[in-house]
Amino acid sequence: MDVLMPQLGETVTEGKISKWFKSAGDVIKPGDNLFEIETDKVSMEVPAISAGVLTEIRVAIGEIALVGAVVAVIADAGGATANAPAAAPATVPAAPAPAKSAPAPVAAAPAAATFQPTRPTTSMDPYREVRTPERNFGPARQGGVSVTPLARRLAGENSIDLSRIKGSGPHGRIVASDVESAIGQSRGGAMASGPSLSEVRSIYSGTDYTEIPLDGMRKTIATRLTQSKQTVPHFYLTADVAIDQLLTVRKEANAAAPVKDGVPAYRISVNDFIIKALALALQRVPAANAVWAEDRILRFRHSDIGVAVALEDGLLTPVIRHADTKSLGALSTEMRDLASRARDKKLKPAEYQGGVSAVSNLGMYGVREFAAIINPPQSTILAVGEARRAPVEAPDGTVKFQSQMSLTLSCDHRVVDGAVGAEVLKAIKGYLENPVTMLV
Amino acid sequence: MAELTYRDAVARGIAQEMTRDPDVVFLGEDVAKAGGVFKATVGLYEQFGPLRVRDTPISEQAILGAAMGAAMTGLKPIAEIMFSDFIAVCFDYIANEFPKSRYMSNGQTKCPLVVRTGNGAGSRFGAQHSQSVENWCMMIPGLKVVAPSSPVDVIGLLAAAVRDPDPVIFFEHKSLYATKGEVPDGEIVDRLGTAKILRPGKDATIIALALMVPRALEAADILHREHGIDAEVVDVRSLVPLDTQTILNSVGRTHRLFTVEENPRLCGWGAEIVSIVADEAFYDLDGPPVRITTPHIPLPANDFLEDMVLPTVNRIVETVKRSLGS
Repeated sequence: MDVLMPQLGETVTEGKISKWFKSAGDVIKPGDNLFEIETDKVSMEVPAISAGVLTEIRVAIGEIALVGAVVAVIADAGGATANAPAAAPATVPAAPAPAKSAPAPVAAAPAAATFQPTRPTTSMDPYREVRTPERNFGPARQGGVSVTPLARRLAGENSIDLSRIKGSGPHGRIVASDVESAIGQSRGGAMASGPSLSEVRSIYSGTDYTEIPLDGMRKTIATRLTQSKQTVPHFYLTADVAIDQLLTVRKEANAAAPVKDGVPAYRISVNDFIIKALALALQRVPAANAVWAEDRILRFRHSDIGVAVALEDGLLTPVIRHADTKSLGALSTEMRDLASRARDKKLKPAEYQGGVSAVSNLGMYGVREFAAIINPPQSTILAVGEARRAPVEAPDGTVKFQSQMSLTLSCDHRVVDGAVGAEVLKAIKGYLENPVTMLV
Repeated sequence: MAELTYRDAVARGIAQEMTRDPDVVFLGEDVAKAGGVFKATVGLYEQFGPLRVRDTPISEQAILGAAMGAAMTGLKPIAEIMFSDFIAVCFDYIANEFPKSRYMSNGQTKCPLVVRTGNGAGSRFGAQHSQSVENWCMMIPGLKVVAPSSPVDVIGLLAAAVRDPDPVIFFEHKSLYATKGEVPDGEIVDRLGTAKILRPGKDATIIALALMVPRALEAADILHREHGIDAEVVDVRSLVPLDTQTILNSVGRTHRLFTVEENPRLCGWGAEIVSIVADEAFYDLDGPPVRITTPHIPLPANDFLEDMVLPTVNRIVETVKRSLGS
């Protein structure tokens, strides 16, 4: 029986064989993995559905076969193959993979010199089920204005706020080009009201400069943070935190780390304590463990905390899931892994999406304190300054020195009111000044 | 390469298949010695003789019954129903017998036949001889439905229909018989279930069939020249199987859909295409899909009135222009 290249997705027309688990001559049982396919979307193992002997592999590793092509032949127990060998090879030349939605070739005009029958572009199955899209992109009428389906999709995919767009279509309808120009504005200049390229160039004409094209990360940073500063009502709360106890606990904890092969099992940083303290503080103040979602608030059970990691050419904010439930050791190990993969650009999108709050630490640069911009849709972000020795008044009226750092919590006022934000900051301060409370 | 009329392409297509396969036979009213009332089958009787090219009595049921018997016993008949309106008098064969025999006999009998028929308006034949009834056949599971718009497609799709193992209803448009087109020499075989993009464009997709194809092309030229609208024109050619891939890809590029249908509006084939696009490409649409059709009325015989009710070049231009809001 012939083994065919399976259909791996609606728009996939061919697959590349990346591995054969069996060789010619092997005995096959149903369920045995035969080969692995790679498309532009997925890679997948294909199991056998019949028993017999694999008599022939027609598509070798690295070759591409059309969906439905015979890639191998399995003979039944008697050894006879049911089908004659294919007259033509099943493979197509290994060319660069075609663009995902390559337009159908334009058929030759009737007057073409040589007749080319139209290539079939469909499986020609009239009984095929219609596939309805699974996702929705919001209502057709938003704020009294109609929005076309394509415009809604573009707005949804590019995080464009439709209420700020004026429709140019019939009856004031918002059409795709309206959204596209909004995307262009937020992507291109990053600031809708900022000066244009030619204006900026003319201001600096006569000055020596180099022009650096924007990469995807720079565009995303520009879009999201502009959007955040323009649409999220920020306010900022700052507090000084005494960290002598924290430094002692950290030292003791790290000294007690079990050593295996000369490497300690963990090395907790001050930042790890701060991540943990933020997560626990949000658990203590559930109103702040929440984000804004258009017409409602999503309040979370756990606290997922993003951590800003500076890269050579930008930054990423990987998210530690359920940071409230993790031990400092586990959290520290996970953070180290996320940070190193972030620097290597090996993170999956799912690893830097979501989160309720984030930590941004510039202490190592000698920054005393700063106010960070909230990374939407998160509702808060904690900015951490450097540890310093500061004189304080002791209970007996004398002056002594203690270790301190300044923390600034930026809050989205739509979700977190002033008093709620203050509660969060107070809880963080409490955890960090008495670190043992984080352990219980 | 030669210039051929749509009419002559019919005879050439039948001759090509009869020459290739001795099992192909041809029957219908006045198709043999008279060469057909539309003169679309001139010369076949002389070339293939009275055994393979037969005049029949004036009974559509007899024609299709004979064709079905021949098909079930090994021949590959091409039967002509002179006016597609007459499908109504032999609809039992078309709706109940041809498309069900393979299924109900579990593949023991097959029905490899082609019904050619003159479809459509524009020739002042009146309400009973002018209808576009391709949608009558499109709704029946088991039938394939084809309607070419050019001489080369007549030959290629007729050959594909004859070679198909199942019944195919082949709609020729009466008002296209006199039109001409370049046709290459030699054997021509096309594929059922394939649409053709006749004019690429980026602003709107216009999907048309048969007589509406040249009108859509002319409208697209005017839209481009006078209004700066770049419309893509797709000739569906085959309603069953339907090339949804080409249609959805086109709408995915242009984001606007227009169908130009000669059949009356209710339950026309365009409704099915709009339904598929609404289901599968909803978030590619940047405006409502628009159907340009004949109204839901019996067709007038009066020339002025008939011209008025069919979709015209001007109506296509105006509708697309208004709908795109320019």
